[in-house]
Amino acid sequence: MINREIKCFQAINEAIDQCMVSDPSVYIMGLGVPDPKGIFGTTSGLQQKHGSDRVMDMPLSENGMTGVAIGSALAGMRPIMVHQRIEFALLAMEQIVNQASNWHYMFGGQMSIPLVIRLIIGRGWGQGPQHSQSLQAWFAHVPGLKVVMPSTPYDTKGLLISSVEDNNPVVFIEHRWLHNITGEVPEERYRVPIGKCKVVREGTDVTVAATSYMTLEALQAAKILAADGVNVEVVDIRTLSPLDESTIIKSVRKTGRFIVADTGWKKAGIGAEVVAMVSEKAFSELKSPPLRVALPDCPLPATRSLANKYYPRAVHIATTISEMIGHRKDYTTAEILGSVLLDIPDPSFTGPF
Amino acid sequence: MKPEVLKKLFFQMLRIRILEEKIAELYSEREMRCPVHLSIGQEAIGAGVCANLTPKDYVLSNHRSHAHYLAKGGNLNAMVAEIYGKETGCCKGKGGSMHLVDISAGFLGALPIVASSIPIAVGVAFGSMMRREKRVTTVFFGDGAIEQGVVHESINFAVLKNLPVVFVCENNMYSVYSQFSVRQPAGREIFKLFAGHGIDSYQGDGNNVMEVYQMAEQAVRKAKSGNGPTFLEFKTYRWLEHCGPNYDNDIGYRTESEFQEWKQHCPLRRLKDHLLDNGILFNKGVDDMERKIIIEIDNAIAFAKESLFPDDQLLLQDIYDL
Repeated sequence: MINREIKCFQAINEAIDQCMVSDPSVYIMGLGVPDPKGIFGTTSGLQQKHGSDRVMDMPLSENGMTGVAIGSALAGMRPIMVHQRIEFALLAMEQIVNQASNWHYMFGGQMSIPLVIRLIIGRGWGQGPQHSQSLQAWFAHVPGLKVVMPSTPYDTKGLLISSVEDNNPVVFIEHRWLHNITGEVPEERYRVPIGKCKVVREGTDVTVAATSYMTLEALQAAKILAADGVNVEVVDIRTLSPLDESTIIKSVRKTGRFIVADTGWKKAGIGAEVVAMVSEKAFSELKSPPLRVALPDCPLPATRSLANKYYPRAVHIATTISEMIGHRKDYTTAEILGSVLLDIPDPSFTGPF
Repeated sequence: MKPEVLKKLFFQMLRIRILEEKIAELYSEREMRCPVHLSIGQEAIGAGVCANLTPKDYVLSNHRSHAHYLAKGGNLNAMVAEIYGKETGCCKGKGGSMHLVDISAGFLGALPIVASSIPIAVGVAFGSMMRREKRVTTVFFGDGAIEQGVVHESINFAVLKNLPVVFVCENNMYSVYSQFSVRQPAGREIFKLFAGHGIDSYQGDGNNVMEVYQMAEQAVRKAKSGNGPTFLEFKTYRWLEHCGPNYDNDIGYRTESEFQEWKQHCPLRRLKDHLLDNGILFNKGVDDMERKIIIEIDNAIAFAKESLFPDDQLLLQDIYDL
């Protein structure tokens, strides 16, 4: 079967469309869902096809509308909510954490909340302190929630479909810089299972487990290091909760060295959890302390001059690996960076947001 | 109002009153180890509203939900067992008094975070509407809840979508120990505030079960005929402390005389007087009701006490719907 290549935002659009076609109880709501921009293209055309009863805009009431989504799930619907920035969901933390995640357990397993909340993280173009945060660690901490962070168009479509078909509340985190990457995506409706990591590059010398956009950076770092004879295994974590510990442990047993590259802050971030887990379960396999590549523990600056100093990229992952294995080569020097602009991703991403 | 309806309302309120008093009496045995927010004094609102609902209609509530749960037809044994923390409880012991539920009776859940059940109730109504089901969703909350922004978000949406919701505000003037005047401006009525949202909004005497019943009847009929939501504010008074089995009129936040004045307006006594005065019920009838209720409640207590605690393996069960 010939796979066509489509962009990630199209894969999301297709997933939602196909879920809505196959199940009349699926609906989607969010600020700007029927807009001309269609939430970075992810919802374009859906209202025209499925009607405004199922593809809807909403009042600027994130907390109330999350409760509405939860209630509609109790009544038998399968809501998808989308927030253009993860920060907007903070207004709804009470409903997400106190209500949605607890509901199945606290009522003795009698009711479920099949709610998907799409959250979009990103950076660049001066988005600044409140439009670029990466808060997956908050959600991964809560029992009863599932947290999914795909990095490829293939996984994005398959995991979104799995999330919609899952009976639990799922926080589905997309990265704006991934929306425009291209990849092979089957036309039909298919699932990628929630709760499984994927080894996206096999290697022998060090394991880098990464989330979301950092998976691409990790793959890039692996390319850089391959030229210097270092063979990096990259694991795309894909589901933060429930975490697929065995795939990560298996990789660490193979390489003996471990790094987590996450899009959030270092302190109490996803890296902290995964490194703790690996230390507990594979301590004797480790040749050196496990490390984390993450954002510095400080708010995100808008100006590009500081942003350039802020975000770890492939060259930083490569340098961390190099130090870990004792080669001590610094890949962040100007001659290697060349004219790489750190504040802009793929050429296909262009502001304003 | 029909005598049969009035007698049923009285029975309902009496059942609630006797159960709540029983819980208060047994609480010091320390076997009901969860916070209990008792409905004594406020029985008429749950009874009067829920008498207009069928099991197909949905109700959500707050921490003070016992009256709503019972009036909606929630299972008594399951409720008491839940308060005792037993696995035969409505949540297998995992929720306690603040999380009662009985799906078969249409009581979809009580939630203790003030105002949190309101957007959820609006969502239930929204979902019912999307599924073209003819149901009304009712949500109970207090005067404190309306200070939460989410209530206004919810009612805005309910009006926008013309949803079949009945919002019932039990205004008992206190939020734990905080009196009304430190939380909301003087001279502003809650129901009038909500009229500004574009919702049909009324106020009634929450201790007059006939008035509650008739106002709720209109609101329910309106919702079921597709004519949208209604806001009902009922004035009432909580007899016991906010949480627990005791009176606390002597600790300084309110007065014994204020309580005594409200006690004169006891919803049970008022209806009982009406029933007796009008020959709808006689003292023997009241005694028969009481006897029947006491037997049922004693059986529920025994059931709860004899039931087992949940097995250890239930601890990690039902985190996810597998």
